[in-house]
Amino acid sequence: MATTTEDAGPPGPAGGDPMRPAPFRVARRVVETHDVFTLWLEPVGGPGGFSSQPGQFDMLYAFGAGEVPVSLSGPPGPVKQVVHTIRAVGPVTQSLQRLKRGDVVGLRGPFGSAWPVSLAEGSDVVLVAGGIGLAPLRPALYHVLSQRERYGRIVLLYGARTPRDILFAREIETWRGRFDADVEVVVDRAAPGWHGLVGVVTTLVPRAHFDPHNAVAFVCGPELMMTFTVRALAHHGVVPARTWVSLERNMKCAVGFCGHCQLGPTFICRDGPVYRWDRVAPLLGVREL
Amino acid sequence: MQTLEPILAQIPLFQGMRPEHLKLIAGCASNARFDAGQFIGRQGEPADKFWIVRQGRVALEIHAPGRGALTIMTVAENEVLGWSWLLAPHQWHFDAYALTATRAIALDGKCLRGKFASDHELGYELMSRFSQLIVQRLEATNLQLLDLYGDHD
Repeated sequence: MATTTEDAGPPGPAGGDPMRPAPFRVARRVVETHDVFTLWLEPVGGPGGFSSQPGQFDMLYAFGAGEVPVSLSGPPGPVKQVVHTIRAVGPVTQSLQRLKRGDVVGLRGPFGSAWPVSLAEGSDVVLVAGGIGLAPLRPALYHVLSQRERYGRIVLLYGARTPRDILFAREIETWRGRFDADVEVVVDRAAPGWHGLVGVVTTLVPRAHFDPHNAVAFVCGPELMMTFTVRALAHHGVVPARTWVSLERNMKCAVGFCGHCQLGPTFICRDGPVYRWDRVAPLLGVREL
Repeated sequence: MQTLEPILAQIPLFQGMRPEHLKLIAGCASNARFDAGQFIGRQGEPADKFWIVRQGRVALEIHAPGRGALTIMTVAENEVLGWSWLLAPHQWHFDAYALTATRAIALDGKCLRGKFASDHELGYELMSRFSQLIVQRLEATNLQLLDLYGDHD
């Protein structure tokens, strides 16, 4: 399967060995929710160039624990610090959660395909995120907001489990305060005191204000959430060929050698994680994959 | 006097309906307002109306012993609040209260059911549309029950 985005670069750090982690130091650490945290990482030994595209991922190596793929969640393009938002769900991510400022991790990347932000120019952009899926979408949102005049309406629809699981809550309020972007948040369940929306993220699609016939949709979250969201978008008029999703599988080598993340004819680490929906949907319907 | 017919024609639930049906429905419609915190319906009470929210937000709640009131969904602009008026025993399944000051169009279920008896096509049309709505809500409920964002290791 061909790479489905128009502007993804070759895998791995430019000019480096993609299999060799480079040491990066924790410059800053922020607790986002009870189980999600964000790390700002900078190269050990002084400033180094690091550039990524929205939607790409790094392999983070917690020494003595292991390596995991983590999407970049900071601004795309050349940066001095690499930003990763991580949910602590297993031994490696829990090791990363225990890191303090000054600690060192290994980093390989960036890898994979990117959200096609250039292709979306001139269109309305609808970003639909579920749970931790907001983190891989945030660089795309940063990009379209920074190039605001190149896009039509910008809509962010975000679903979280409960109010306390809402990622980047302060930043969401900032985005909501903009007159040139529509932001809606919904939670699956809430106790009294929550005055926001309750329901699933798919219910936000018909409420959102955008032109479905001139819209590009980027969707990121659990696979079932993405399936139902794409269905809701299609029902609303957004064609699958204008819808992109980010897939997650057991990525190990990140360069398409080991086969752990193989999905039929495609390796998600190399050809993904961002795919055009109509090209990957038939594979997702195959139980054996 | 201006009727609610042109407004109803813009509501997604009624879009594409025949004008004569819209006219019959508008005959059962009236404007309604609710203050923030005001209950619109209570579990077990007779459900003789439904509402189209025009502005504001309404929460559907269920009270669980030991857990208090749990919001299961919210209804916002241009969405339908209530379908129990359509199906026996015509009782509210949940509590509904206005989260914010809310304007709505109230539709009298008894009035509509009376019209269905003499106009089966209208009854079939609305039943079809509400069936679709109920299926959408059932699908959303299933997704909520799947707890997609939780830990599943």
